[in-house]
Amino acid sequence: MKELSLNILDITENSVKAGASLTSIIIDEENNVLKLTIQDNGSGMSEEILKGVTDPFYTTRTTRKVGMGLPLLKLAAEQTGGSMTVESVSIVDDPLSHGTKVEAMFYQDSIDATPLGDVVSTICTLIQGHPDTDFYFRHRILNQDKDILVEMDTRQIREVLDGVPLNEYEVIKWIEEYLNEQYAGPDDTEQDVT
Amino acid sequence: MKSLAELQKIKARMQDRVVLREGSGDIRVVVGMATCGIAAGARPVLNEFVKDVSEEGLSDKVTVSQTGCIGICQYEPVVEIFEADKEKVTYVKMTAEKAKEVVEKHLKGGSVVEQYTIGAYQS
Repeated sequence: MKELSLNILDITENSVKAGASLTSIIIDEENNVLKLTIQDNGSGMSEEILKGVTDPFYTTRTTRKVGMGLPLLKLAAEQTGGSMTVESVSIVDDPLSHGTKVEAMFYQDSIDATPLGDVVSTICTLIQGHPDTDFYFRHRILNQDKDILVEMDTRQIREVLDGVPLNEYEVIKWIEEYLNEQYAGPDDTEQDVT
Repeated sequence: MKSLAELQKIKARMQDRVVLREGSGDIRVVVGMATCGIAAGARPVLNEFVKDVSEEGLSDKVTVSQTGCIGICQYEPVVEIFEADKEKVTYVKMTAEKAKEVVEKHLKGGSVVEQYTIGAYQS
């Protein structure tokens, strides 16, 4: 993958496929360390599947059960000196509290670090494809020159929209601009109003 | 800054239109968004279709959606176009530029862009 944001898109698609009604995507950047957490309330995985999910050559399958998505994310993290872990509770083992949590850590000053890329595009693509699923997104960037917090919750947007699908183009465009403006930081010219 | 009040206005504007549109959508554009598609560059292709279909005023008859791996990973990004009473058209090795052309010529103009179809690559 050319951008980590594409890994994020890919992994989150798994959450949606696992029947998650809510998936959280949390990116924490502090100086040269980037932590990524993708957590869902989907059907989860059995221990046996979980064991093999990061190994592209492990299989007990006759039909495809695991893909290349997690191995690629793991590779992207480990080649910077970082790591990736996956925790999962299967719906079979716990019908009330189940889901999967993928955590990855990257050293961004590594020469082999993949750039984060266009996260806004990833979020918009997810909402476009899965308008009935909820996504919570938070991205914190903290370093010497920056202290930015970008946040979005489709549950809140859904409430305002009151039945209008989230994948209407005007809504997607609004979300795109809403996120981009948060990345740009507060506009000085408008700040005096309040 | 974008506010939720502005979103409220979009809602008011869309609510009538959405009701009208239900049940239509004669043409389906489906973009492969599995690991293989995403790695090959499907995200900008999808976003170009979404943007152009809306901006060209085709939203009433065209829906753009995403799907998983369809098994021809070496040809990704793959886009399939389904239209009632017509044979499925499979576009391969797509880019945002090609997507723009497909919207213009195929979705708007009604003629398949043969050189981007899987048939053109296999022969």
